[in-house]
Amino acid sequence: MTALLEVADLRVTIGSTAAVRGASITVNKGETHCLVGESGCGKSISALSVMGLLPRGSRRETTALRFAGQEIGGFNEREMSRLRGDRMAMIFQEPMTSLNPAYTVGSQMTEVLRRHRGATRVQAVDRAAELLARVGITAPGLRLGQFPHQLSGGLRQRVMIAMALMCDPELLIADEPTTALDVTVQAQILRLLATLQKDLGLGILLITHDLGIVARVADRVSVMYAGEVVESAPTAALFAAPEHPYTRGLLTCVPVPGKVKRDEPLGSIPGVVPRIQPGFTGCGFRDRCAQATPACAGTIPRQRAGADHETLCVLPPGWKAAA
Amino acid sequence: MTAAIEVRGLRREFRVRQGVFAPPKRVIAVDDVSFAVPPGSVLGVVGESGCGKSTLARLILGLLEPTAGDVVVDGQRLSAMDRRARARLIQPVFQDPFASLNPKRRVRDIVAMPLIAQGDMAGRDIDRRVAEALERVGLSVDQGTRYPAQLSGGQRQRVAIARALVLRPRIVVCDEPTSALDVSVQAQILNLLAELRRDLGLTYLFISHNLAVVEHIATEVAVMYLGRIVERAESETLFAAPRHPYTRALLASVLTPEPGLGVPDVGLGDVMPDPANIPPGCRFHPRCPVAVGQCSTEAPRPANDAAGLVECHLA
Repeated sequence: MTALLEVADLRVTIGSTAAVRGASITVNKGETHCLVGESGCGKSISALSVMGLLPRGSRRETTALRFAGQEIGGFNEREMSRLRGDRMAMIFQEPMTSLNPAYTVGSQMTEVLRRHRGATRVQAVDRAAELLARVGITAPGLRLGQFPHQLSGGLRQRVMIAMALMCDPELLIADEPTTALDVTVQAQILRLLATLQKDLGLGILLITHDLGIVARVADRVSVMYAGEVVESAPTAALFAAPEHPYTRGLLTCVPVPGKVKRDEPLGSIPGVVPRIQPGFTGCGFRDRCAQATPACAGTIPRQRAGADHETLCVLPPGWKAAA
Repeated sequence: MTAAIEVRGLRREFRVRQGVFAPPKRVIAVDDVSFAVPPGSVLGVVGESGCGKSTLARLILGLLEPTAGDVVVDGQRLSAMDRRARARLIQPVFQDPFASLNPKRRVRDIVAMPLIAQGDMAGRDIDRRVAEALERVGLSVDQGTRYPAQLSGGQRQRVAIARALVLRPRIVVCDEPTSALDVSVQAQILNLLAELRRDLGLTYLFISHNLAVVEHIATEVAVMYLGRIVERAESETLFAAPRHPYTRALLASVLTPEPGLGVPDVGLGDVMPDPANIPPGCRFHPRCPVAVGQCSTEAPRPANDAAGLVECHLA
């Protein structure tokens, strides 16, 4: 399998917060890689830094940031904006805030193709209509003339996806694409993404906090906590044998119909995600971890727990909690 | 036994402006809803956005006047009670603890407000009750002196729960109480709500779009679609054997963390429910995967039996 996106040792500092601390993520062609974690763990910032869209005042360092074999870490704003929306595209959580309310769906969609490919208006409109139909929107001609507020949440997210596909991207970064939607619509949108991926060979980096989504759509999972990838594995391996105490804890927090009895408490992780200052050492999870030892304040080894399965923890792979 | 909450033929309409010259349109948010919740139980209300579940919560809290019908809480008609008496009986916990707490007041003052509003309690007693409520939800006295902005989302939701409990109500209406929280914090809050119900004998009306959460906490579940309850049953029964096609679709769309199953096709099509344009016949028929001819012309009657209520021609 060929790597489409390779991020190695990504570090992002925003003001006095170390938002990402040495995260490495690889997305292969035609693969869905899920970044999962709670709010404030650095998953969105990681994605934004790949796209070169970090907020002002933030600093990014990597040892490698390769897209389709090309190092893009040193690209300036102009070179990045040529890539963005063309070969790599992004969709966001809330389509109402990421679509411009003052322009019609059609004019926003065609702009992408005209800017990147110099297409004529007619060509761009044809392509937009074709893609709206592709993402399951009926009467695309009518929708092109409408404004975002005239569409339902599910339709808007479909428009966002269609817009991201205008230039046939190789990489799609989706940041919580279904969090604002109803469960029924969520299932439709996730099915759509899966079909598109199969047909177009897209590499998808999907950011979510929902372990249900991860289990159902991901090929590979990276669990982020406090700016680090604490565990990374193929999806089946991660759910069958989670290693990191945070991953294990997270899995017990989710109520599963038919699995957890009513009135039986759910597992929970005490405390909250900390804000990490630059210069922090040791494991970011140790204050919330039931297994913490003094060794957790030192350097944490990245250990192999199986084929392609890595965990960032001092505990030996396959550890069992002391009774 | 008197029901904790009883709702009879409840209906609420809104008038929505269409434009400068167009006449306002009538939107029926809650349409002829009746149910009773026995004391000590939890009625979970589920449905998509726009189905009227939050309007229902506001009607039961007395924050909205019903267009028709009655809300009876603990044997007394809500409309006949004054606001103070109502507050002693029924209290809300809302979704967003960032929006529902006054940012300029300290936590202990926020929690004391319902007691002060009652107007008949001495300062010393208020302090004692506030400390008791904070302890009950797992907050320290020291946290009582802070401002909401200094607390995390989970702690803020604990403050909202403490404020709801400080008057020792019998009933708490929870409108998406964990939707704004992270999963690990959601579990903490759900465990707290379950523990409070056990210890204090509370009755909950628990509104959520997350069926897994509802299954975990509710004893009985009502499924709403475009303002009507289309199915109501004991939680176990509903999740084991859903009878309404909409309930089945909702359950199918729950993504449990089980790898390899893929994303199911819920079979609902592309038509979105619009409360301003309720279809004739069964209001679910444009999206229903099993609809027959009768469904588009004739509205189904609610059928009550031992297993609960269902409103479908085919059930």
